[in-house]
Amino acid sequence: MNAAPTHPRPNGGARRRCRRLSLAFCIGVSGLCGGSASWAELAYVSNEKDNTLTVIDIDSLEVVNTIGVGMRPRGITFNRDFSRLYICASDSDAVQIMDVSSGKLIADLPSGEDPEQFALHPDDRRLYIANEDNAVVTVVDTQERTVVAQVDVGVEPEGMAVSPDGAWAVNTSETTNMLHWIDTDTNELVDNTLVGQRPRHVEFTREGDVLWASSEIGGTVTVIRVEDREVLETIDFKIPGVHRDRIQPVGIRLTSDGRYAFVALGPANHVAVVDAKTYEVLDYLLVGRRVWHMAFARDEELLLTTNGVSGDVTVVDVKDLKPIKTIRVGRYPWGVAVAPGRP
Amino acid sequence: MKNIRLIKVSFPATTVDHSHTAARMPSIRFLNAVISATYTIFLVAGLATSTGLRAQSTDASSLRIEALYLKQNVERPPALSNILPPAEDSGLAGARLGISDSNTTGRFLKHRYELRELEVGQAEDAVAAARQHVAAGNVIILANVAAPTLLRIAEDEQVHNRAIILNAGAPDDALRQSECRTGLLHTLPSRAMLGDALAQFLASRRWNSWLLLRGSRDADVAIARAYERSAKRFGARIIATKEWSFATDLRRTAQQELPLFTQGGKYDVTLVADEIGDVGEYVPYNTWLPRPVAGTQGLTPTGWHPVVEQWGAQQLQNRFRELAGRSMDDRDYAAWVALRAVAEAVTRTSSVDAATLYAYLLGEEFELAAFKGRSLSFRGWNGQLRQPIPLVQPRAVVSQAPLPGFLHPRTELDTLGFDEREVQCNFEREL
Repeated sequence: MNAAPTHPRPNGGARRRCRRLSLAFCIGVSGLCGGSASWAELAYVSNEKDNTLTVIDIDSLEVVNTIGVGMRPRGITFNRDFSRLYICASDSDAVQIMDVSSGKLIADLPSGEDPEQFALHPDDRRLYIANEDNAVVTVVDTQERTVVAQVDVGVEPEGMAVSPDGAWAVNTSETTNMLHWIDTDTNELVDNTLVGQRPRHVEFTREGDVLWASSEIGGTVTVIRVEDREVLETIDFKIPGVHRDRIQPVGIRLTSDGRYAFVALGPANHVAVVDAKTYEVLDYLLVGRRVWHMAFARDEELLLTTNGVSGDVTVVDVKDLKPIKTIRVGRYPWGVAVAPGRP
Repeated sequence: MKNIRLIKVSFPATTVDHSHTAARMPSIRFLNAVISATYTIFLVAGLATSTGLRAQSTDASSLRIEALYLKQNVERPPALSNILPPAEDSGLAGARLGISDSNTTGRFLKHRYELRELEVGQAEDAVAAARQHVAAGNVIILANVAAPTLLRIAEDEQVHNRAIILNAGAPDDALRQSECRTGLLHTLPSRAMLGDALAQFLASRRWNSWLLLRGSRDADVAIARAYERSAKRFGARIIATKEWSFATDLRRTAQQELPLFTQGGKYDVTLVADEIGDVGEYVPYNTWLPRPVAGTQGLTPTGWHPVVEQWGAQQLQNRFRELAGRSMDDRDYAAWVALRAVAEAVTRTSSVDAATLYAYLLGEEFELAAFKGRSLSFRGWNGQLRQPIPLVQPRAVVSQAPLPGFLHPRTELDTLGFDEREVQCNFEREL
């Protein structure tokens, strides 16, 4: 295994063409690494209290770069071809666009105040942004860099998801305790679903027929049929030795084969593994402290979790359902997004 | 504050200057019985009217909830440390935010929340106002009044069993232990809860020998009594209790007076019981032994404080600051959380019936997310809102009780304040 390359260079470009070579070597002497356009798979982690992104090489599971961004970065997401990374810089009141190849911030999007989470429409153009401090969802055209619409929602909008067919944008409002269903054709709010206390995150299945929503203080995950917004199931969690109050579901990830749902349980310091068909909780995986969000890597062989209080990322082997590594990142890691490599 | 309409009615006696813009209306006679009181009545009409009801598939019929915010003006004795006086609208601003937050939620369900604001001087005026509110068909009274006034309202024949009274201003232990009343809920932590929170922290640091300093006012004595109870509960020893009677201007003489005053015996920590901040502010750094100071000054247990930021609290603090132009204190939080609890009950039951709401608030299903990291609920034996208690110094949260390791078979939150077996009152969970 390579020694951790720690050059704090704001140079994402150095990571190119390095998949088979020593990454440290490449970053140091990037000119020698020319050749085919292949690069390593990388995970980007937003550090809320450091105003940085940590870049992790998925091959080596080592930190390879740290990039300064706007204030209080939280939600992060790639565009379709992974050339751009959108970053919610909450305290800068901006969504920043990073050019992934150079690691440079190239523009700010008009985002509304205090953007926290967002979701990119499958058209690769419209970004649905939850503005936590002023109870609206802002729809931004990322090409024109203009605000297309603002939709009034409940108090403290947080989670955002757009359905795979692009028809729905769903937002959660933490203090109103609702899911707000926005018709993306008209950008009008057309329905609300009351769920458990403090809904934080929503996630569509790959088919888009079912929506999963976590309620942090309610301690539950609600599974909803999209067609008629019927609640199919409310999932409870119990971990021996952990008080119910400490079990606070936040991030959710669903494997694309429809087998598992992973639910980050916040200060319970565990990720729940749920059978996505029977809704039975199969296992609880111990990760770092106050686990927030997650992302898959290596074609869903790995799951990365951001652990806010312990300041690290836990790597979980999805096949064995075992945590295999902890990677120290910045202070209060919050969001994580993975850009696949190219052979 | 977009989309909020304010209608204000000012009575002749009013001297209160309100920062909110509002149309003034001519004075009208409101209550015959009231002569000396100062009134201000606001109707904060909901956000619902102007923002458009976009929710289409909600089937609940529209509801309107008008809460009465009742504040009793009590004269504050002069305090030596008067540099940072409490806000004039402490409590009220929290209630306003509670209404605003509830309306943002309510508009999706066609529920509209309004606040009637009233300041009174005498207990009789408070009772009369509560009666009038209930007679008009309303069921929610948010009270920031002294304990005796609160009991008079709760016992009033025309109010009792017909309204839910939420106490957001009186921390008195008796209201939770021997003088509970059916229909009376408490969102402000009791003194016992604050004392237990502090005692847990001190026990976890193994600072088990306390020197207790207190003033001579009733509130100070009550706080000291709460500390004594907490000491017994968590195995601490009070090596001495001293009452001060400083006649000098302690602002100038603390350095000479206080070391002598705090002599005698070994202690790990000095506890101060000084509600108005008369002497307590001058105790830190002036004790005979170099020991930390805690209690009403120094490390302080409180229901809420501007430095609380975890669990999304920053968002609440930001919203409050935008609305009130100042930081949120414990009275504001108590009023805010009271109205949020009511709104939660209205949302889940689609009812504005006092008995229905009351039963829901005290039922198993009720839980409320309120920026304290856990769901909050009401104790079925005395109507106290269970809640974590932050322990703060002026610029940071030091800890939050319940602390790890203090266990309770029901919920760790019940390690704070009076448990079921300590309570002697006939409190019913149904109106």
